[in-house]
Amino acid sequence: MRRELYFGLGIMGAIVLGIAIFMPWSTLTSGHLGLLMLGLVVVAIMLGFPTAFTLMGMGMIFAYFAYRMRSPELAVAQTLDLMVQRAYAVMGNDVLISIPLFVFMGYLVERANLIEKLFKSLHLSLARVPGSLAVATLFTCAVFATATGIVGAVVTLMGLLALPAMLRAGYSVQVSAGVITAGGCLGILIPPSVMLIVYGATAGVSVVQLYAGAFFPGIMLAGLYVLYVVTLAKLRPNLMPPLSEAERFVPLTASAQTISERVAPKVLPGLLGAFKGRRNVDVPFGELLRHTLIAAVPALFLAALLTIMWRGATAPDVVIDTGGLVEMSAGGSGESSESGGLAEPPGGDAADDEGGLAEPPAEGEEKPEASSSGAQDTPAAAGAASGTDAQVPPSVLPADAAAPTAAADEAGAAARKSTPLWFWIVAAVLTSIVVAYYAVLTFTRLEVFKMLLSSFFPLAFMILAVLGTIVFGLATPTEAAAVGSLGGVLLAGAYRQLNMRVLQESVFLTAKTSAMVCWLFVGSSIFSAAFALLGGQELIENWVMSLGLSTIQFLLLSQAIIFLLGWPLEWTEIIVIFMPIFIPLLDNFGVDPLFFGLLVALNLQTAFLSPPVAMAAFYLKGVAPPHVTLNQIFAGMIPFMLIQVLALALLYTFPAIGLWLPSVLYK
Amino acid sequence: MQKFFLTVDRISTFAGKAFAWLIVALTLLICWEVFSRYVLNSPNAWAFDVQIMLYGSLFMMAGAYTLSKNGHVRGDILYGFFQPRTQAFFDLILYLCFFLPGVIALAWAGYTYAAESWAIREHSSISADGPPLYPFKSIIPIAGALLLMQGVVEILRCIVCLRDGAWPSREQDVEEVDVDKLKAMVTHEGDPPPKVGPVSAAGER
Repeated sequence: MRRELYFGLGIMGAIVLGIAIFMPWSTLTSGHLGLLMLGLVVVAIMLGFPTAFTLMGMGMIFAYFAYRMRSPELAVAQTLDLMVQRAYAVMGNDVLISIPLFVFMGYLVERANLIEKLFKSLHLSLARVPGSLAVATLFTCAVFATATGIVGAVVTLMGLLALPAMLRAGYSVQVSAGVITAGGCLGILIPPSVMLIVYGATAGVSVVQLYAGAFFPGIMLAGLYVLYVVTLAKLRPNLMPPLSEAERFVPLTASAQTISERVAPKVLPGLLGAFKGRRNVDVPFGELLRHTLIAAVPALFLAALLTIMWRGATAPDVVIDTGGLVEMSAGGSGESSESGGLAEPPGGDAADDEGGLAEPPAEGEEKPEASSSGAQDTPAAAGAASGTDAQVPPSVLPADAAAPTAAADEAGAAARKSTPLWFWIVAAVLTSIVVAYYAVLTFTRLEVFKMLLSSFFPLAFMILAVLGTIVFGLATPTEAAAVGSLGGVLLAGAYRQLNMRVLQESVFLTAKTSAMVCWLFVGSSIFSAAFALLGGQELIENWVMSLGLSTIQFLLLSQAIIFLLGWPLEWTEIIVIFMPIFIPLLDNFGVDPLFFGLLVALNLQTAFLSPPVAMAAFYLKGVAPPHVTLNQIFAGMIPFMLIQVLALALLYTFPAIGLWLPSVLYK
Repeated sequence: MQKFFLTVDRISTFAGKAFAWLIVALTLLICWEVFSRYVLNSPNAWAFDVQIMLYGSLFMMAGAYTLSKNGHVRGDILYGFFQPRTQAFFDLILYLCFFLPGVIALAWAGYTYAAESWAIREHSSISADGPPLYPFKSIIPIAGALLLMQGVVEILRCIVCLRDGAWPSREQDVEEVDVDKLKAMVTHEGDPPPKVGPVSAAGER
């Protein structure tokens, strides 16, 4: 423990020393006072006092100084005014309002207790992939952390579930610890995440665009993790030995066992045979029907997907009057009238999570395909498929969400467009995938599919539904979060985990977490007001401009600073204290605050994994077997930190990874 | 002394928990509003104001509750490695330097702010016939006063800790990462239960 103490004291000493050396003590201006305040606040935070109140108190004191320099007699009144105005602004902030809702949703989903099923089904379905347990852990962490957004709980749960399983299977301690900690932190990046809301509120960037932008970088980071694990497992199998037959064994239900033994191991011929010769196989008819139904799910899903896509692709063009649209249509020409149309309240049917929310998953699968089939079709596909309802003329809009297609029929029966080529290509590809799936579908696989159906798909559906309605402009983040919370209640109810105690605990935890984040906001907005009043901002701006940096140098420098800040500080503190300082600088270098936000969000992932404040490591250590040391966990996290840096470099080199989706949706 | 601490804790906790239920109201209100706007096609003008009020009251009133459970985020780089006496020493200084002036100023400013609002019976101007704002603005001084009361107790706790060398105990509350509860969620027969060490080296009082 001594070592950490010295490390921390060292950093603090360096800051104090830096202030003492670089402060021009003889020619102190008020701007320098601002910088002094910034230095002091970092020191005070490192001493461990609740950050919200450190910021509030220090902001007040320095705001008083700033006002006093101008007009001593008014200073007290002005300071008090400033404080209450700032506090009231946070209370009335229409961006932050979605934080308690998302947090509430997260706690409810966590209590639905899906994680064990999720891990088991994923690890069985991935059994043939090298390093399958590690890959399944990453997937589970990513999905669960995205749905709940609670890093501590995910890491702890996976430490209880996956760590023993991996160690038993002979995985190295470092790799096991690394995938759990790195995977658990993904929830902070992949939307819907609270971090992006906090950034959006601080920087004045639309949360919707941030969500759209962070989606692919988040997927990319998760993909890089998986790629690394699979490659490592291939190259050094001794780190992650393949699973034994016994661990891949899937117990079948009695009826499935009978059919697969007596008729055929494949599902299709098996079920057909069983239906035909029922007298030979004494399996009850209900059981048979159940198997058939489950086996038919992918085919039904495909049919539904293709129908929706066809409707969308061939829907007649309707000129939408964009005059009344204010909310989300940022620009407004050509294709944008379509995405603008999506924002139109009556067009979006987010109210009804059955109808409206069913679409986004369809979108997700269809898009990459569409882009491969022809780039010029992509915008049309993006707009059109989900635009099914939005393009219906307003007169028929009151129609229930479940029947938008019927309405579209009426409106456009005369003028349905001819089916575009990309639709046939997508349909062919998807159909062949499903056919291939049926060709290899054994009863064992059906069982695994059944498990996925009850664990993976509800969560994935919920995430995509919440995210989809936000990103496609069908609902505001607040609305989606509220409906998502209701979905969380239903999910917990569906898994028989909902009772008064669970609800109570979720409510209280939500209150504590929201109070923590929002009071931090109250403090930081008073603090940054004081900083601006003192002219600290100007001083920094002048200093940065005098360095004559190019855009690249500026971005590298700022990301390096944020990376270093991630060592002593947590992400909330970094965003609320330092973003107000960085954001005004962006204009000088022509950097898009949205792009900067994505870089920061990716960068702050490292804040979770960098010792000594790496919370993830401590959570894991808390539940790991005693022979797993903290140093082993840290060692395991380092490759993943390097991957994060790599992802940062990739995003920086190819900004389109993050900016493509927002640009398609909100041009 | 300890009894006094716990009584104040309980008051803060009660207020915080009572207002915590607003999240359920908020969820239901927004869901209803979404339904009535998109399906019934009859949006309510007052809905946005009320949403903001529910959210604002929720987090403001939970501030003291969170403080009483030591739930406000704090930098952990050094704090977790300090002895309790050192922790209390720094906490005491910083409570006196930053917390007291800040919160007193906020409560006082909030009081005059709310008083003005009461005097003119202020209504929200977001919509034409907005709901009254003065009860909402009164939340600021009330939350400030609760926070101040809780802060005084925390200061006394620091003094007790400086004297005794150990933090006075607090009442249990739901934790975000409650290892025992999470373990109960995932344990099943066959697995040897992993041994639980200290929850974290960082920052638990």
